Amino acid sequence: MIKEFICVLCPNGCELSVELDDNNNISKLEGATCQRGGEYVQQEIFAPQRNIATSVKVVGGNMPLVSVRLSEAIPKEKIFDVMDEIKKIKLEAPVSLGQVIIKNVLGLERDVIATKQVLREQF
Amino acid sequence: MTIKKDVIIIGGGPAGLAAAARLKELGVTDILILEREKLPGGILRQCIHDGFGLTRFKEALSGPEYAARFLDQVGKMDIDYLTDTTVLEIDSNKHVIAVTKEGLLEYQAKAIIMTTGCRERTRGAISIPGTRPAGIYTAGVAQTYVNLKNIMVGKKVVILGSGDIGLIMARRMTLEGAQVLAVLEILPYASGLPRNIEQCLNDYSIPLFLSHTVTNIRGKERLEGITVSRVDERLKPIPGTENDYDCDTLILSVGLIPENELSLMAGVNLDSRTRGPIVDENYQTNIDGIFVAGNALHVHDLVDFVSIEAENLAQAVLAYIQEGSFPQCSIRVETDDQVGYTVPQKVSGQKDITLSMRVRSPLKNCAIQVLQNDQVIKTKKMKKAIPAEMIQMRIKKEELISSEYIKVVVRHD
Repeated sequence: MIKEFICVLCPNGCELSVELDDNNNISKLEGATCQRGGEYVQQEIFAPQRNIATSVKVVGGNMPLVSVRLSEAIPKEKIFDVMDEIKKIKLEAPVSLGQVIIKNVLGLERDVIATKQVLREQF
Repeated sequence: MTIKKDVIIIGGGPAGLAAAARLKELGVTDILILEREKLPGGILRQCIHDGFGLTRFKEALSGPEYAARFLDQVGKMDIDYLTDTTVLEIDSNKHVIAVTKEGLLEYQAKAIIMTTGCRERTRGAISIPGTRPAGIYTAGVAQTYVNLKNIMVGKKVVILGSGDIGLIMARRMTLEGAQVLAVLEILPYASGLPRNIEQCLNDYSIPLFLSHTVTNIRGKERLEGITVSRVDERLKPIPGTENDYDCDTLILSVGLIPENELSLMAGVNLDSRTRGPIVDENYQTNIDGIFVAGNALHVHDLVDFVSIEAENLAQAVLAYIQEGSFPQCSIRVETDDQVGYTVPQKVSGQKDITLSMRVRSPLKNCAIQVLQNDQVIKTKKMKKAIPAEMIQMRIKKEELISSEYIKVVVRHD
């Protein structure tokens, strides 16, 4: 069976054409411009993973939200569960860039981390 | 009182910050960045998704993290910047007038670097018929509301245009609990990057309808619905293909325009193709000492290339400050009708150059060739070339064979 993928790992967005044998093993891979293409396809077939970015509410800061992302990608089907966990959080300023907002979210061994600095609003 | 500065940088986004840091590294110390927003960082502040920096830092960063790398540098190097400061006027003598909360500021610079970014095309630019209710946003404005101001813009969303920001917002709105019914694109191909189609639309089962556009807007106070039609090859709506969607929000992602109102005031000439200034290999405009880089010059798809462009510009500005002028750039760079534009548009022949360009429509198995005196001096073979991806070709000065104009063309195998 031949399957087509677009690799999302970098902006090259390689169009990958993959030949799979009966056990879903890759027997031929075309179109990848780096070796990560093969790893991506392997993952995409068996357990697709994605990182997500969203925001968390902050009180008393120089901005009302702090942007966050996950330390590493999570299984695709967990995206909305993790979003629900993140939505429960409300922080107090200051928040520093890289600060861990939720450790080991839902036991996925991934942390939710702040990607922005929020200062305490001075009055 | 007029304050003298070696270099004034207008715009503290990725291009301005990168130019400032590199200039300081090169020994130019009398620099000032003027930024109209409350905080520096430009559009990256609201681009909270990841995927930035893969070229430049070899890791996937979010927009704010990418900006922080440069802001840290600017901070450590003690480079001056003013925020909440809007430049009102510049002229060809490099005189700058800006306004702050404290009042007017007047500067005289040796060189001005325009890193003013770009702005979005709006509903007016594409003339959608119908009523004018609330609920219609450009993608960048919707992104500002959702990612910076904590204001959700709607619940049932249709996105017109398949530009990258529109695709990113389709995913963002979905994560925030909105229902994104469809993304519509008038052209027969997507204008955003393939990876964004994949990870922003396909991941969330959001349909993309090519050759479709909005032909009516309904609703009095708030948007109630839209009519969508298929278009023919001349992009005209086909009667009988109308389809109604009930939605409260329409997000437009229909193109970006380099921001050059200030440059125009100073007499800078623009290129009708890029809508940014015509520049030489030094990123200098037709006005001596006024330079431009980043999205103000031509709209980029990746910030990594904005930073690199601004750093190359800094190198040229250093030479300008030290020597006062450049070798004449009288070699024009022309294109055939398959290449949309090139930057720079003119070169001297005495310096290695990087030509940035885009193809006008998607191409497969082609070669981009650089010609001079009808001879091929450089070839880049491409399995695929799409308008969404900027193409760059590096040409060494030794590769040029004369002082005749350069032509960039597409050849098919």
